[in-house]
Amino acid sequence: MDLNLLKQRDACAWEIPVQGRMRVPGMIYASQELVQTMDHKVYEQTVNVATLPGIVGAAYVMPDAHWGYGFPIGGVAAFDAEAGGVVSAGGVGFDVSCGVRCLLTGLRRADILAVQKLLADALFHRIPAGIGSTGAIRLNAERMDAMLSGGAKWAVEHGWGTSADLERVEEHGQMLHAKPKFVSEQAKRRQREEMGTLGSGNHYLEVQEVTAVYDEKIATVYGLQQGDIAVMIHCGSRGLGHQIGTEFLRSMVAAAPGHGLVLPDRELACAPIHSELGQEYLGAMRAAINCALANRQILTHLVREVFADVLPQARLPVLYDVSHNTCKQETHRVDGHERELYVHRKGATRAWGPGHPGLPAALREAGQPVLIGGSMGTGSYVLAGTQASESLAWSSACHGAGRAMSRNQAFKTWSGRAVIDQLAQRGILIRSPSPRGIAEEAPEAYKDVNAVVDAADSAGLARKVARLEPLICVKG
Amino acid sequence: MHDHWEHYEHGADIGVRGIAGSKAAAFEQAALALTAVITEPQGVAARETVQIRCEAPDDELLLADWLNALIYEMAVRRMLFGQFHVELDGTRLTAQAVGEPASVARHHPAVEVKGATYTTLRVAPVEGGWLAQTVVDV
Repeated sequence: MDLNLLKQRDACAWEIPVQGRMRVPGMIYASQELVQTMDHKVYEQTVNVATLPGIVGAAYVMPDAHWGYGFPIGGVAAFDAEAGGVVSAGGVGFDVSCGVRCLLTGLRRADILAVQKLLADALFHRIPAGIGSTGAIRLNAERMDAMLSGGAKWAVEHGWGTSADLERVEEHGQMLHAKPKFVSEQAKRRQREEMGTLGSGNHYLEVQEVTAVYDEKIATVYGLQQGDIAVMIHCGSRGLGHQIGTEFLRSMVAAAPGHGLVLPDRELACAPIHSELGQEYLGAMRAAINCALANRQILTHLVREVFADVLPQARLPVLYDVSHNTCKQETHRVDGHERELYVHRKGATRAWGPGHPGLPAALREAGQPVLIGGSMGTGSYVLAGTQASESLAWSSACHGAGRAMSRNQAFKTWSGRAVIDQLAQRGILIRSPSPRGIAEEAPEAYKDVNAVVDAADSAGLARKVARLEPLICVKG
Repeated sequence: MHDHWEHYEHGADIGVRGIAGSKAAAFEQAALALTAVITEPQGVAARETVQIRCEAPDDELLLADWLNALIYEMAVRRMLFGQFHVELDGTRLTAQAVGEPASVARHHPAVEVKGATYTTLRVAPVEGGWLAQTVVDV
């Protein structure tokens, strides 16, 4: 991105001034180096988002932003329904409520090394991953609707987890106001055999070691100490969410002229929040959030079963579970007044600061854990939400490293087998049904997650707490 | 014109493009490009035929609908498709997709496709034929 298009507001804050049809400015939070490597499409898409009706504050961009669909990946935008605000299927994306769950284990590195291969094989055997994989759970129409209304709470009620888990899941495990009746039969059919599956692409399940602690006090509250072992699960609402995204994108494109919406890009398809279509999308999208929360809850149960066999001394409580593709109704302070806003986070993580009433009591003083996924060979991070993030970007932070190289280029550059062997030499065991998928997900195909996290920390979006590195990675 | 397909770059995802002598053939080639995101199309045996019908307000939305219908059928039938026969009547599409159940051992599928987007979506005449393209989210 050309720096001449931006006004630098801080070391890690760059404004796109209001121009043309923009209603608010754009605001990019990143280091100069990261901004310079961002695609110009991020600039164009941020300008486009800033033109949408009812947008409040600014169109915000996180340090890991890249070219997305309508919205940039790494985009945050809030809309006021009473000011004609919109909800956008493109602003949430195809993988509704894709997110990360972190489990603590109470184990240390030596515990894993003693059984590393056995544990990797057992996880790979137990966790359905990749194309064509199915879960053991089959949902009839009644149970499907119950799952779409109940989320992780539904899963716990059916024996996949404990009620203590729910306190550490966004929305206490259940997104309210979900409307399964607005989820199509096609979307439900696509999900029928996919509960408790990991998916493919950049989704993964990793056993990780804490290799650095940056904030001892918060790390202690989170239960993370140097050398500790955690499990990270990255996946979303599977086929159901993909189908909802596809169908509502199409409906919103068709309905836009009737709503008086002039779209600079069809992918920005949206509908007024107060319209029938807008309400139907919100109901369906919230049901997809519940699907994602239930899915990660079931995967948690499967992981616990494996650990019970291989490392029976381990207990695996949930540190936190947070999504990064959502639109949520939230209360924020704007010009000294509280307003109800619909906050879209596309490839961005909600990051509540210390004292937020929505946090569980044990985490309230420290702030919300913000879970940042890396790649197979690089680190992941746990950050903590800050109070400053509320005024910077509606309490939001980055979500991952972001790709530096296309899948095609990665496949042409590396062989899956070689990537697996190289990582094995570094002590990282990869288990996947797809060597090509591994090549496309090679660590070097991703940006430097350290630079992204440092920028988020410098900008004040979230503060660094701990870095984790993989010992085992299961990929689809 | 030699009918063919190709992929093109999109940061995190993949563009699928069909180029052919007719619009219908360009849609068939775009479908082959979609399969090639997942596996080698020539490695998919012709064992089962699935009928697909779509209708849309314009050619571009029809292409997105066509690819999304294939993504849906692949997902719920757990199949891969290696051959396509498309007929167009205005913006109405009738097609057969021919393939077989997905096999990890034989197809080594790389990645699951979530949906066809409207990013760089284009159906247009080019010299000697037609181009049909869009980016798919994986």
